[in-house]
Amino acid sequence: MISILINLIILLILPFIMTGIIKKTKAFWCGRKGASIFQPLYDFIKLVKKDFVISKTTSFVFSLTPLVTISCIIFAGLFIPLVSGKAIITIPAGLIIFAYILGLGKFFSLIGAMDTGSSFEGMGASREACFTSIVEPAFFIIMASIMALSGNYTFESLSKIISNTGNYGALIAIFAALALFLMVLIEGCRVPVDDPSTHLELTMIHEVMILDNSASGLALLSYSSSIKMLLISSLIAKLIIPETVSFYPLLYFALIFIIAIIIGTVESSMARLRMSHVFEFIFIMSTFALIVLSLAAVRIFGG
Amino acid sequence: MINNKNWIKIKNNNAADLNAIPTIDIKILREEIISCCTIKNLETYPMRPVAFFGKDWGNGNTRLFVILADDKNSNNDPEGSAFYISSAMFDKNTKTYESITPLIPAFHMFEREFFEEFNIKPLNHPWLKPMRKNQDEYPFFEMEGEEIHQVAVGPIHAGIIEPGHFRFMCNGETVYHLEIALGYQYKGIEELMVKSPSNQLAESIAGDSTIAYNLAYSKLFETLKNIPVSNRAQLIRMLALEMERTAIHIGDLGAIAGDIAYLMGASVFGATRTLVINTMLEFSGSRFGRGLITLGGVNFDIDNEKIYRAIKTFDKVEKDVKRMVRTMLKNSTVMSRLEKTGTISTERAKEIGLTGMAARAAGVSLDTRFDFPDKWIKELDIENIKIKGTGDVNARFKLRFREILQSFSIIKKIFEKLKEYPNEPINQGYQVLNKENLKDAFVISAVEGWRGEVIHIAMTDNTGALTRYKIKDPSFNNWYGLALAVRNNGVSDFPLCNKSFNLSYSGCDL
Repeated sequence: MISILINLIILLILPFIMTGIIKKTKAFWCGRKGASIFQPLYDFIKLVKKDFVISKTTSFVFSLTPLVTISCIIFAGLFIPLVSGKAIITIPAGLIIFAYILGLGKFFSLIGAMDTGSSFEGMGASREACFTSIVEPAFFIIMASIMALSGNYTFESLSKIISNTGNYGALIAIFAALALFLMVLIEGCRVPVDDPSTHLELTMIHEVMILDNSASGLALLSYSSSIKMLLISSLIAKLIIPETVSFYPLLYFALIFIIAIIIGTVESSMARLRMSHVFEFIFIMSTFALIVLSLAAVRIFGG
Repeated sequence: MINNKNWIKIKNNNAADLNAIPTIDIKILREEIISCCTIKNLETYPMRPVAFFGKDWGNGNTRLFVILADDKNSNNDPEGSAFYISSAMFDKNTKTYESITPLIPAFHMFEREFFEEFNIKPLNHPWLKPMRKNQDEYPFFEMEGEEIHQVAVGPIHAGIIEPGHFRFMCNGETVYHLEIALGYQYKGIEELMVKSPSNQLAESIAGDSTIAYNLAYSKLFETLKNIPVSNRAQLIRMLALEMERTAIHIGDLGAIAGDIAYLMGASVFGATRTLVINTMLEFSGSRFGRGLITLGGVNFDIDNEKIYRAIKTFDKVEKDVKRMVRTMLKNSTVMSRLEKTGTISTERAKEIGLTGMAARAAGVSLDTRFDFPDKWIKELDIENIKIKGTGDVNARFKLRFREILQSFSIIKKIFEKLKEYPNEPINQGYQVLNKENLKDAFVISAVEGWRGEVIHIAMTDNTGALTRYKIKDPSFNNWYGLALAVRNNGVSDFPLCNKSFNLSYSGCDL
């Protein structure tokens, strides 16, 4: 019971700190002091206290979107092993529920954006949908390959990959972790895929979709993309931290913070890709996925 | 070769006799313009329009003035490059003439402006749309198709920038055509200038070209009122102009870096730009140099202590900018964004009459400082930079960098030169403001601001009263260049193209 509670608190609080660390890292590279790492939390509280402004051209879909999105993300989060190494809900093939709950959340954020009738938001929705359609199959291939190898179709079995298959599994884990890291950048709308700090509507992907949202709607949508980053990062942690260690929580936090620092560093040291090159970038993730698949296939069927 | 019977020559910052300006039939004028401005090849520079404006000539008549600039002295005039003026009279029943634009596209905006102000219609003008008035009735192009969509941006933008409406006709992510509807900042500056001309009004026309505008205005009135300016004041003015150039260019490098989400660049350039404008604050009490230039000189002198500090600051700025630009040019992700984005070919740039920095980056070397040189260019031994202009964002980025270095070298030379004129008066006192204007005069004043040529033109009547004031910002020509540059680029690359041009709304809307 306590472990569930702790997991839940981590799921709700850690995304703010993760975003805060990314921002702090960016500030560091720019030679600035930067805001406190709790600033995203303060921003969230500030936004929640504000009043809504809802465009007259929108329907109930728009108002519903933030709630549906956040509920989907948090529900999906229950399937992911967090700090204790155990998920709150563990059922076979939880992967499929996880992916499609996330998919439902994304579907709502897309139609919520298109509901405003703004040409910007339609454009952003079309970009986001396009990227998702490439990312999703890659994610399935990676997860299914690893789960097939470890013989147990739950996220908790991810950590068995190294202990079960030794060096071979380590190789798979590295490629899978790299692919998942790219997924963090893509789903978290970070540079080089998207620029979270721009004000230029024409270049935005995720940000432009939440352009019409205000107050708690905006707060929930930004919050949900932070949670998504945490969830995928947690999968990386589960994948590369061996099952046998006794201080999993410590390593887990360290790894999440390291991922946040790497994201911040990537964001400070490279320019954003041209929109037409973003697809090539996402296909790198698909390539890694195919490598993982072929390694798993060789392992299972012999080679 | 120009027909001397139909045109009179006028040098930069010189007055011409208004009565000496020929008035010829519009048909002949059109033929003359076409023969002078036709581009024969990419190497030579034919004449190009710098002004094409009307003036109410009483009894319902309108007189059209045309000024062509002969930047590279294609007429082989022994006195060097000059401007050539001619005019045509429209009586109250003549409301049309044959448009020049189909043959010389550089007249596109000028003819639209003339039509808007005097309702004299250029026949067969391809794009006769509002220029700065009646924006509500702007007839946008329509485009239809399966994947065609329109994106409307503005007039209110996300940043703290000025208003302007952009309409993209897109095929998926690719821009087919961009229409730019301006005029949201129209405030009648030219009319205000006739009523109550002042340095304060001139320097507030375009906030990022404060010095250039004030300088063009001051030089114009110094010619009209015959006011001398001391060497020391001239040098301080030139210093301010170059400082403005470096400050804005560094800021724009930062803005380009920010647009491609290259944070380090954005913050380093932001910090260094502040050092330059803070030095301006030390010199003049305003970070943008407001109130520095006045008729007859400058309001603030620069002592040796300030010069010493400024040299130290500029050395640091130069070093930081150099290091950051080189880091950026070595970064492959940065280069992939800059190269081949928003390209405008040399041919196209010449055809549509692009001016200033944007033109130079496209391989059209127009620079008022060197085409119409004052004595300092020779005395300070300033050399023009040669750049192979590819016309893309990368070229504009690199040109800005080269111009920053050039300006720093000019600034250093000016600091040296200032020591030679220690005790000269920096201005002529306030009584010069009340001096009488020349009578029946026509004066043109061109100054190379950071964006390009800022052109001020004034006319007086037989009592010496100002009757017409005309202003042309480089943005007036270059907005159309931006529209062409984004064609066939991704719609998400528009902000980057836009920042690389960094055109003025206010300077164009007036």
